[in-house]
Amino acid sequence: MLSSKVNSESHGQDSSYFLGWQEYEKNPFHETLNPSGIVQMGLAENQLSFDLIESWLEEHPGVLGLKKNEESVFRQLALFQDYHGLPAFKDAMAKFMGKIRGNKVKFDTNKMVLTAGSTSANETLMFCLANPGDAFLIPAPYYPGFDRDLKWRTGVEIAPIHCVSSNGYKITKEALENAYDRAHELNLNVKGVLITNPSNPLGTSTTRDELDLLLTFTSAKKIHMVSDEIYSGTVFDSPEFTSVLEVAKDKNMDLDEKIHVVYSLSKDLGLPGFRVGLIYSNNEKMVSAATKMSSFGLISSQTQHLLANLLSDERFTTKYLEENKKRLRERRDSLVSGLKKAGIGCLKSNGGLFCWVDLRHLLRSDTFEAEHSLWTKIVCEVGLNISPGSSCHCDEPGWFRVCFANMSDQTLEVAMGRVHGFVMNNSNHGKQKRTMWDSRRRSLINKWVSKLSSVHCESER
Amino acid sequence: MKQLSTKVTSNAHGQDSSYFLGWEEYEKNPYDEIKNPNGIIQMGLAENQLCFDLIETWLAKNPDAAGLKKDGQSIFKELALFQDYHGLPEFKKALAEFMEEIRGNRVTFDPSKIVLAAGSTSANETLMFCLAEPGDAFLLPTPYYPGFDRDLKWRTGAEIVPIHCSSSNGFQITESALQQAYQQAQKLDLKVKGVLVTNPSNPLGTMLTRRELNLLVEFITSKNIHLISDEIYSGTVFGFEQFVSVMDVLKDKKLENSEVSKRVHVVYSLSKDLGLPGFRVGAIYSNDEMVVSAATKMSSFGLVSSQTQYLLSALLSDKKFTSTYLDENQKRLKIRQRQLVSGLEAAGVTCLKSNAGLFCWVDMRHLLDTNTFEAELELWKKIVYEVKLNISPGSSCHCTEPGWFRVCFANMSEETLDLAMGRLKEYVESTDSRRSISKSSHERIKSLRKRTVSNWVFRVSWTDRVPDER
Repeated sequence: MLSSKVNSESHGQDSSYFLGWQEYEKNPFHETLNPSGIVQMGLAENQLSFDLIESWLEEHPGVLGLKKNEESVFRQLALFQDYHGLPAFKDAMAKFMGKIRGNKVKFDTNKMVLTAGSTSANETLMFCLANPGDAFLIPAPYYPGFDRDLKWRTGVEIAPIHCVSSNGYKITKEALENAYDRAHELNLNVKGVLITNPSNPLGTSTTRDELDLLLTFTSAKKIHMVSDEIYSGTVFDSPEFTSVLEVAKDKNMDLDEKIHVVYSLSKDLGLPGFRVGLIYSNNEKMVSAATKMSSFGLISSQTQHLLANLLSDERFTTKYLEENKKRLRERRDSLVSGLKKAGIGCLKSNGGLFCWVDLRHLLRSDTFEAEHSLWTKIVCEVGLNISPGSSCHCDEPGWFRVCFANMSDQTLEVAMGRVHGFVMNNSNHGKQKRTMWDSRRRSLINKWVSKLSSVHCESER
Repeated sequence: MKQLSTKVTSNAHGQDSSYFLGWEEYEKNPYDEIKNPNGIIQMGLAENQLCFDLIETWLAKNPDAAGLKKDGQSIFKELALFQDYHGLPEFKKALAEFMEEIRGNRVTFDPSKIVLAAGSTSANETLMFCLAEPGDAFLLPTPYYPGFDRDLKWRTGAEIVPIHCSSSNGFQITESALQQAYQQAQKLDLKVKGVLVTNPSNPLGTMLTRRELNLLVEFITSKNIHLISDEIYSGTVFGFEQFVSVMDVLKDKKLENSEVSKRVHVVYSLSKDLGLPGFRVGAIYSNDEMVVSAATKMSSFGLVSSQTQYLLSALLSDKKFTSTYLDENQKRLKIRQRQLVSGLEAAGVTCLKSNAGLFCWVDMRHLLDTNTFEAELELWKKIVYEVKLNISPGSSCHCTEPGWFRVCFANMSEETLDLAMGRLKEYVESTDSRRSISKSSHERIKSLRKRTVSNWVFRVSWTDRVPDER
């Protein structure tokens, strides 16, 4: 009766990533109303700089009111469904993206395709670059949502490029070649490599050397290079953010038709609800096709108008980017020191809205079962929803992604206190009443085992 | 190795059709009352520009809606973060109630069965992904909206098999046409997964009759397939008759909670009734839980901006506004349609009697040199380049008979419409004088009148309602 897409589980939403979210939804932490609830640390949202945007909005009331120079532009916006996008908005985005890259790269609005979020951008790119059964190589660990975004309706496959903690998860030539060969063994036609830079879930930016290696590799194999740079504005520490476009320029590949960048305002500006994403590419044919495909996910003209105004204010964008980085760095430092106090280390990060945390020493065995068991303990006993590395396709058990930018300072403190308490209890083998927690943990494992088919969670990264 | 996917290299995006090409020509030389009075008048765009003043007034009186405030407090942060693909609850509730109001509150819509999408373009594609495998087919009555070739087929791999409708009975769907289409699909080795209708019809501007709706429900029951009813023009019905939704028919046949009802899905959007195509607001309504669940996840690829959801939830929750709007919209559309119809008549051109939509289905067969699509295209080019009107040729809508054109009337001022009609009259008169070399004018008028009467007679005899006055 219904298509196989409906019946299959390739929407990827049975993963623990989404299940932890479910648990949180049932018992969400609230400072005053539910202080013992679960703290959400699995949501990569940027809530640190809304005040800056809100002030701007107060100073420019006409913008939300659909006005331009005091005149109503409601009609024009209501009718504006041109998939080429609002020119003023694309100009503003080009400027903003250039600024994030220290103006080392200039963006041409004719090479931009607007989409309803990077979720839409990534899927559209797959539809344009690959046929069903083709594969893209992606460094693991990677964002769980890719399993749905890149594969579900497109029929494209993901072949992981295995990265390991022993070298800080750097992409190596060997790992690339291995991934490519393995894909061929599985009879998959490799169409390209897709990276997220800075990385989700690692919180690290891709180094120049890695980018150089990647471009050399994709160039030699004559395949595509997709760089999802949606966290580019969150790089708060050295090394500075380097875009694939910069390295392409250095290699005289700046007009290369097989390099594509994805961007979104969901992370840097904290506006996931507004659905703003884009594809950037030199490939005219691809841009033309993707533009037509964007009909399936255009950005509301009301939203384009708002953001055209916000982002064309250079004073605002400069101040915002600076302040945003500062606050992210401070918050990251709080998380790192809080974890350190509990004897927990994490991968040294320089960007993103999360840390890649090392809990291997808390595993009872070096297995994913043990990781899962630890995870359920942390969700149910400690009351923190964090994301287990297995949901990100990490090769080594024991790593977790922990978000820090979606809560207040106080909540982060509470969370760190709980972690501290948990670690102390664990090491002392304290005898505590755990019946309630045990049964909750058991029910969570049962659910996991029986693979819930209906999950009531929204997507995020 | 091929660099790009076959979706890119093929032309299945359907955008080489004349429908889009005419648009391109218009873009190069667009009419403007002052700046370009000799430009091409856009009559190929089904936009509703007649009631913006009503919305603008409401916005001025209710600044918090666009200002992202609730009870005077800014909710910017909450909206900025709201990406839940279940949609803003207050918006879905308001949308459900609006859809009910359009149907005279005869049927109910459960907000939990609504899936929001970025426009009905997204909604229709998503439904295809949910109901059909690549290579499966949906049957669509011709003529149909040219965009369906892209929306339903391009990325989904689904096929469209036409249900041929003809002018001899006012383009109504018949049982034999349905069966023929089904058999044709089988001959082509295509598995038929359902029927998709647009009701009211684009490009015809007519509502499906109860007889047709009953026929469709019976057909999908017997074949055990789906029925998608794209009701995006439901709020543009301006005739004396009420809009009859497929949901009305299910209710009247007491099939509301039946197995069949799970295979009936409605698509809606605010692009036509409210004239807001730029805001990207569409919806799927389905009684099938699995469809709702899968479509909801798929909506991640085209969510409605929370900023827009909030504005519209406030607008549509205002029942005073919605009832005034629907009423006034109806009135203005009716007046404008009449203006077009009489303008056409003055040029000796008739159209299919319509009672809905933002366009008329115009009969220009008598202006064709030959009864062929080549002649239709020639005529179309003349109308675009010489008469300077961008109208949509029937062939782009997959009409089986040459000579029909879709002409929009709700996307321009009264004066512009007058001017357009004037241009057409001039053209027809000049063509007539050229033609009178080959045909006697008496013969011509006689055959024109006969054709006019035939349309009218057949339309009246096939409808099961009291004919509206002309």
